[in-house]
Amino acid sequence: MTAQTYFDELIIWAGSQLQGDEVLTASLTGEDSDFVRFNDGAVRQAGSVRQREITIDLIAGDTHCAAGVQLAQDADLDRARIGALIVELRDRLALVPPDPYLSYATDTASTERVTRGVLPEAKDAIGEIQAAGTDRDLVGIYASGDTFTGFANSLGQRNWHQSATFNFDWSFYLRADRAVKNLYAGRDWDDDAFAAKVAWSQTQLDALSHQAVDLKPGTYRTYLAPAALTELVDMMSWGGFGLKAHRTKQTPLLKMVTEGATLDTSVRIVEDTAGGVAPNFQQQGFLRPDEVVLIDSGRYHDHLVSPRSAREYGVATNGASPWESPESVAMAAGTLPTTEVLSRLDTGLYVGNLWYLNFSDRAACRTTGMTRFATFWVEGGEIVAPANVLRFDDTAYHLLGDNLVGLTDEVETMLDPATYGGRSSASHRLPGALVDDMAFTL
Amino acid sequence: MSTAEATTFEQLEDRFRAALPVDVDYASIRFSEERGEYLRVRQGVLEPVTTSLDVGVMVTIWTGGGYGYAATSDLTSAGLAAAVERARDWARVTAGRAVIDEPPLEHPVGSYASPVDRAWTDTSLEDRIGLLVAADARLRGPRGLDDSRIVDRTASLSRLDTDAVILTSGGGRVEQRIRNTYPGLSVTANEGSNTQMRTHGRGSFVGQGGQEVLDRYGFDRAADRLVEQVLELLAAGNCPTGTMDLVLAPDQMILQIHESIGHPLELDRILGDERNYAGTSFVTPDMFGSYRYGSELLNVTFDPSVEGQLASYGFDDEGTPATKQYLIRDGILERPLGGAMSQARAGLPGVANSRACSWNRPPIDRMANLNVEPGTDTVDELIAGVERGVWLETNNSWSIDDSRNKFQFGCEYGRLITDGELGAVVRNPGYRGISATFWRSLTGVADADSFTVMGTPNCGKGEPNQQVGTGHASPACRFAGVEVFGGAE
Repeated sequence: MTAQTYFDELIIWAGSQLQGDEVLTASLTGEDSDFVRFNDGAVRQAGSVRQREITIDLIAGDTHCAAGVQLAQDADLDRARIGALIVELRDRLALVPPDPYLSYATDTASTERVTRGVLPEAKDAIGEIQAAGTDRDLVGIYASGDTFTGFANSLGQRNWHQSATFNFDWSFYLRADRAVKNLYAGRDWDDDAFAAKVAWSQTQLDALSHQAVDLKPGTYRTYLAPAALTELVDMMSWGGFGLKAHRTKQTPLLKMVTEGATLDTSVRIVEDTAGGVAPNFQQQGFLRPDEVVLIDSGRYHDHLVSPRSAREYGVATNGASPWESPESVAMAAGTLPTTEVLSRLDTGLYVGNLWYLNFSDRAACRTTGMTRFATFWVEGGEIVAPANVLRFDDTAYHLLGDNLVGLTDEVETMLDPATYGGRSSASHRLPGALVDDMAFTL
Repeated sequence: MSTAEATTFEQLEDRFRAALPVDVDYASIRFSEERGEYLRVRQGVLEPVTTSLDVGVMVTIWTGGGYGYAATSDLTSAGLAAAVERARDWARVTAGRAVIDEPPLEHPVGSYASPVDRAWTDTSLEDRIGLLVAADARLRGPRGLDDSRIVDRTASLSRLDTDAVILTSGGGRVEQRIRNTYPGLSVTANEGSNTQMRTHGRGSFVGQGGQEVLDRYGFDRAADRLVEQVLELLAAGNCPTGTMDLVLAPDQMILQIHESIGHPLELDRILGDERNYAGTSFVTPDMFGSYRYGSELLNVTFDPSVEGQLASYGFDDEGTPATKQYLIRDGILERPLGGAMSQARAGLPGVANSRACSWNRPPIDRMANLNVEPGTDTVDELIAGVERGVWLETNNSWSIDDSRNKFQFGCEYGRLITDGELGAVVRNPGYRGISATFWRSLTGVADADSFTVMGTPNCGKGEPNQQVGTGHASPACRFAGVEVFGGAE
């Protein structure tokens, strides 16, 4: 029985346990994943994880209570668990007050998206990866298999999102903290595509072999590669676009709404559900539009609105998750030719990755973080030497506003390799950014 | 120990034992059942009451020079047999390809249970909700009266009960019952483009136990103080910029310990396992036994025996018995945070800190309880020794490089210190430094009166990623000549 059919039949059965006007909603996340972790080209840990977590919300009028449970994937056991859970939730409903912000989908808009792939056998993948690591210090993780997200309710709505993917997230190390990071993700493993990624990493690794320069704190003209810019945009997304964060004045983009602060007119950021790989529905069953424009022509445009915030603040939901953060971030390309990045940088820093960002002044969207992996000092449009790690501390209004020289004319697609709880379905499509006078402090 | 099904735990354990293969070098089944309850009142409204039940096992097999794991929530005999076969397959695939080829693991027997003075089961759901409704109401403004500058407020209470058993192919059996309580309060105030937040230790006033955990951190008295302080911050000037002395309250010390002592001493980072994700370490194996990590006032212990601390336990998740060990004594680095696997690979002594976030992730080296031992000064004496400096409370920003060296941290609340006296409140205070030199500037460690036992519930690390709770305890501490700064003007 497929995971989808199993979920469907379980919810039909759960619906039969309801009483009176009770409504039941259920969201499911799950995976059948293989994980192989490498260090110095050898296997550190290897294994499989099979899990299905279901969250049920039992609703009676304006009251509701929720419970999450790990499914045993045995029909008898799971029916017993869900049945007991419904009884527990029903008992609890009598003890809680009505929820003025309760909101759940009633349109019964069902959807299905199943993406299959040709994933390599684990032993074959290990062989390919260890071959790439021959005579190199390779460290990273290979993850592959099916991931599932589902929604169902007792009104008859069914939503299912399933994809078979692999994601190899790795680094080649030269020595100490001198390394190049890369990512090979997709649905069908292609030896040639992987070899091209390995070759690109080797080229960067060769450049890292030169004596590193130790730059002093100060301001530098800087090119932020797409992976580095992703980290900055993720900080803006941490409460930046949620309706609740705006209404409670906690958004890091507060100055855009209170003082009319703007970014450069070339900056356009959207929640691009149609172009991403995340589900087009959320935990209460609301569908997401193909696109929500968050920043347009450098000006704040729209919020991400969860069903709960929609009720609280009296606006329509746009299918945002409860935490109101974008999951399929897309930033428009600019006009800076990607092939001319080094020559346009001329003299300054080429930053491949940023790391461990946080706010140093949230209300001012002032962010700090470190350079990491392939970061180079460039003179006259040529890479001169790797740069030792530096701490930056600067505001989005400088980096993507006054001091933005340009965004590249090509965007890079990056699938999120995160695996907290389960494998992520988030993604980013971003250009690189050339910035004047980026502030480095340590 | 309970299960969600009619099957008794004894029957389930028999099933686990029957599933353990005997024709391998080493096998274990690690079972965990977590039951959680999550309550939150925001702006006077109870958010949906949510509970959780997470049950599963991880089977680990070592055979023929390889090893592998399989995690499953299918606890039927067929499900367990399938997991055993998957783990066995991984062991075959990794044979001759792994970082280590023999299991450095024992077959331990023992148990541990969190001390609980007043169990949450002795209260009703209505009582627990009532507690939060009252706390949330106190956050409306001074004396619980509405203040238009308060723009958001929450009171929360989460509980997580974990029952876990490790069974090994050599007759080992470890049973542990952990009871964690996580209270929380936050209040946010705004005027124009100035937003300030004050919290009840930013989630660090947590620990093992029942209702007494709330009393331990003064939960019922905290709301009024938080409101008073968030309004002070709203009216305060930015923290000054310059090099000055720093006195860190215990709820900032725990972050300083966590990021610039805990992570750099994790042996798996030193061995390079985390280089693609969480990072490496400026600490190298040759430093243990001789390296001066801090001033002679610095004494740091790994102590899983502290009653009520968040990461106390009797055994780690590979079954290694856990005991108190000095990591840094009189400023000199003694031993890393490394479990049995890492110790065998590195040839270094370590501690019992091989931990997994749940049944679905394999154990790796983690912090557990990592504490700065008390000194001899009073807090007043620490402050009296500062000519120009700041007092900082409650972390709200943390960033450090992948070698755990160059850090920058921010705090919710600061006060100037001038000529040995606490002065004006300052907002957006932050400081930066380098781990390798910062701890050598430690000039004062307060005594047991300010020693506070706390924890950090969400420490992220590992591939695949894992979040675990870590415990930290510290008195207030003073540092000389630190680079301090405030927010953007």
